[in-house]
This record gives sequence, structure tokens and C-alpha cells, in this order.
Amino acid sequence: MIEITDLVKTFHQGSINEVLALSAIDLQVRKGDFITVIGSNGAGKSTLLNCLAGSYPIDSGHIVIDDQDVSRWPEYKRATLISRVFQDPLLGTCGPLSIEQNLALANRRGKPHGLKPGVRQNDRELFKKQLTQLNLGLEERLKDSVGLLSGGQRQALTLLMATLVQPKILLLDEHTAALDPKTALQVLKLTRQLITDQHLTALMVTHNMREALQLGNRLIMLHGGRIILDVSGEEKKAMTVESLLEQFYKVRGEEFVSDRMLLV
Amino acid sequence: MTYFAFMGALEQGFAYGFLVLGVYLTFRVLDFPDLTVDGSLPLGAAVSAVAITAGFDPFLSLLFALLAGFLAGMVTGILSTKLGILHLLASILTMIALYSINLRIMGRPNITLLGQSTILEPLTNAGIGMFNAAPLLFGLFSTLALLLLLWLLHTAFGLAMQATGANQQMITSQGVNTDRVIILTVGLSNGLAAVSGALLCQSQGAADVNMGVGTIIAGLASVIVGETLFGCRTIGRALLAALLGSILYRLTIALALSLKLGQFSFTPSDLNLLTALLVVGALTLPKLRRKVSS
Ligand SMILES: Nc1ncnc2c1ncn2[C@@H]1O[C@H](COP(=O)(O)OP(=O)(O)O)[C@@H](O)[C@H]1O
Ligand SMILES: [Mg+2]
Repeated sequence: MIEITDLVKTFHQGSINEVLALSAIDLQVRKGDFITVIGSNGAGKSTLLNCLAGSYPIDSGHIVIDDQDVSRWPEYKRATLISRVFQDPLLGTCGPLSIEQNLALANRRGKPHGLKPGVRQNDRELFKKQLTQLNLGLEERLKDSVGLLSGGQRQALTLLMATLVQPKILLLDEHTAALDPKTALQVLKLTRQLITDQHLTALMVTHNMREALQLGNRLIMLHGGRIILDVSGEEKKAMTVESLLEQFYKVRGEEFVSDRMLLV
Repeated sequence: MTYFAFMGALEQGFAYGFLVLGVYLTFRVLDFPDLTVDGSLPLGAAVSAVAITAGFDPFLSLLFALLAGFLAGMVTGILSTKLGILHLLASILTMIALYSINLRIMGRPNITLLGQSTILEPLTNAGIGMFNAAPLLFGLFSTLALLLLLWLLHTAFGLAMQATGANQQMITSQGVNTDRVIILTVGLSNGLAAVSGALLCQSQGAADVNMGVGTIIAGLASVIVGETLFGCRTIGRALLAALLGSILYRLTIALALSLKLGQFSFTPSDLNLLTALLVVGALTLPKLRRKVSS
């Protein structure tokens, strides 16, 4: 269980460029929740994920994962509980290292990186088995450097690396947006497969409303640094892109009206 | 070139080999331009010389030098990661601080080891001439260092080290504290540079506070010459290229010094200029070649 309470994040605090990226976010993620996150550009989706992962320090609020308050943990320490896949396919893997070396690093997530051999023979068996489920033939290329792979292959590998050691929560930030449509679909299928097979808890940002409705058991919509919609279960299943848009404009409309009232 | 000049170049190439391997670690693996070595090389020489004159075993003095260099490198690492000072500047700060520290350690600008025993003594006692003993022993030592680094870079820590240089976001997301990796690696690199200093001081018979001037440029030149000529496709290849680069660089210098063009000949004081030109050439040549061929 992950509890986010009163999370606030401002960029460039105190300057004329001050941006309130997240204002008082409250979110409880139950174990096994697969939440899709949507919202317009600049809504704060990436900031929310970065604050969870510890890439950005937060202004105030709390992030509690299984009763541990991790709000002040540095990013590398939070990585013992959280894994992620970025939008940029180059960011999640290390190009100069081989496929098996990348996997070996991921296989040690949260454990000390000491003076034991980086890749051991029985690791290779495991890696081969895991790579086979990607259907990309990578199991035959353990020693190839990752820099030789395509963006889609790297993203599939990053996904595998993120789930090799089960995280408390998996964070996906538009992780198919930089791929061509066909590859994007493959990576999306793999995402769904890994999450359902391992019963993972996940937060997936997407700009595709149809995708957001098709995947997961819960959907949240961010706008102006707030969660303005949170639907799950049957209610989510019943939603269509049209009703989602309707909700979106309704919330925006209300804000507009309240602004008007302030002006009067 | 005479046989003595050739063996002398080998001796220097192997002695500086430690430094060059260290420079490879910071510049190439970690992508951390570190100038601390200009101070940690004489630091190693100073520590070794003082230890030997104080009656310590010459081999033990190498270990002291390694530790001293390691600490110096860690200071640069801490200045850069924990205090957020730009890596280049952090290393310059440690480097100039080391100048004062080295003078403090020695108590004067230089110490001679005349009449003291050195690590070469066992070999010379066994009847091997001085000119052969040093290249032999240093060659053995630097090969051992190369093999140890090869092992290290393939451990879990070594993989984390390589990833820290290539993709900090990735390795942080895998739960590695990159600050720690940087501090330890810069430490190790300078430990190696200090061992170079200790070896040089024992074979030349003196430690001098100014012997570190231009160390980094010589180290870089060796790394670049090595990878240009021998390639760096795998880690093992790159380490070997660095060590061979070190030898080749010293041979080139010996050759340049023995060159006579009518009245003109190079003196040791011209070396810094020659090295700088060599590095500029090696850095721009691949680009020029690409421009010409396209
Ligand atoms: N590193 C940053 N520095 C300054 N402002 C930022 C930074 N990251 C995001 N922002 C600002 O915070 C707001 C939310 O951005 P972001 O979370 O990236 O939105 P989204 O991912 O929903 O498109 C935007 O106004 C953006 O300009
Ligand atoms: Mg975003």
C-alpha cells in the first residue's frame, strides 16, 4: 500500500518563474492497483512520478510505502522499493554494457553492489528464460552491448529490468510515446503481460485516453497539479473516451465558473 | 636510440602505467576529468621516500603511497559530489592543496634516497643490472595492476562504476548511490597515480615536490595514443591499450629527446609543449580524417 498525503511541489520557488506543479496531492494506491494517469500537458504527471521516485525533493507532504515514510529518502534508496521506465528509451538501460550486464545490475536492485562477479553462470540461465518472453530474440544476444539495440528493444529490456526484482510499485511515464506505433503496441502488450502475471502495483502515465481506459483497474486524471478524477472498477469499465472528455470539460468548466465568481 | 635509453623508456612506461590506468578509470570509465593526479603522483613519491628514510620496508611504502593517494582522490570525489563543486575545479583545488601537503610531508622540496634500500634491491642483489631490474619489476607490477582492474571492472561494483560513467539516471534507478561510486573510483585512480610516484622516486632515487607538473596531460596522452593505436572495444582491450600507450608515449619522448636536427635538439623542458601538441593532434586527427573522407 502506498499513501501519498498532501504532496506539494513547486519549481523555482520565490522567483518570477515559480510553478506550482503539484498542489496537495492525496492518493492511496492499494496493493495490486494498476492505475493509468492522464491529463493535459503540464498537468504534473511526470512531476508526480519523479517526486515518488525521489528524483525531485518535495516541498511538503508524505509518501508512505508499506508503513515506511520514504519522503526524505534519496532516489537511489527509494529504488529498492520503486522501479521505473522512462519515456526516453536510452534512459533506462546502459548502452556500453552488454544485455546480460544490464540485467545483472537490475537483478541486484536494492542489494549491495560488491566485489562478487557481476554476471554469474546461473544468472545467465535466468536471464535467457526471462528474455525469451519478450519474443525479440535477445536471449541469443546476451553479450551484445545494449547500444546496438533499437529503441523498442531497449524499452522492452528496461521493462524486464524493472520487474526482474519485484518492486512495490512500477512507474511508467509515457514509456511508449517515443516508439513507432507498431513497436509501441508490442511494448504495451508486454507491459500488460508483466503486470498481470506478477500482480504488480503500477502507475502508468499515457496521453492516449483509449489506452488509459483499456488498461488497468483504476484511472486518475490530473489537471493543474491536482487529481480531478479518480475512477476504478465497474465505474471505470463503463467509461468511454466521450464520457472521459465530458468529465474533463466539466471540471474545467467549473473552474472557469468559480474564477468568474471571484472576478465579480 | 641506445639500449639504455630504450630500457629507460620501458621503465618509465611501466612506472607511469599505474597512473595511466588510473586516468583511464576517471576520464574514460567514469567520465570524470580529474586533475588531482598532478598532486597525488608526487604525494606517492613523498610518502614512499619519507617512509623509506624512516626505516619502513620499501614494498610497504608502496602501500602507504596507495592509501595516501586514495585519500587524496576521495577528497576530490567528496568536494564534487557532496559539496557540489564542479569536478574539474574540485580536482584543481585538491591538486594545489596537495602541493602544500607534499611539502609538509617531506619537510623540504626534495628527498634523495641515496644509500637507502628500495624495492629494486632484491633484484640488483641477485645480479640483475639496474637498467634491466626496474623495467622487469615495474612491468610485472603494472601487469598485475591491469589484471586486478580487469577483474574489478567485471564485478558488480565494476559494472556499477561503468554505468555511473555512462548513465547516472539508470544506475541510480537500480539502487546504486552514485556519489559513493564516484568517491571510491576517483580515490582508486589517485591511489594508482601515487603508486606511480612511489615507483618513480625509488627508481630515480629522489622525490621532488615538482615532479607532478604535467602528469595529467602525460596520462591523457598515453590513454589517447593507446586507444587510437590498439582500440578499446572491450574493457580488457582498453586497459591493455592504456598500458601500451604509456610505454609508447615514453618511447616517443625518448626518441624525440635523442633527435638532432643540425644545431637543434629537444631538451627535457620542451616535453610539456611536445605532449600538449601530441594530445591536440591525437584529439583532432580522427575528426580531420572524418572531414576529409566525407
Ligand atoms: N525540472 C523542472 N523545472 C522547472 N519546471 C518544471 C520542471 N519539470 C516540470 N516543470 C513544470 O511543472 C509543470 C508540470 O510539468 P510535468 O509534470 O512535466 O507535466 P506533464 O508530465 O503532466 O506534462 C509544468 O508547468 C512544467 O513546466
Ligand atoms: Mg510528462
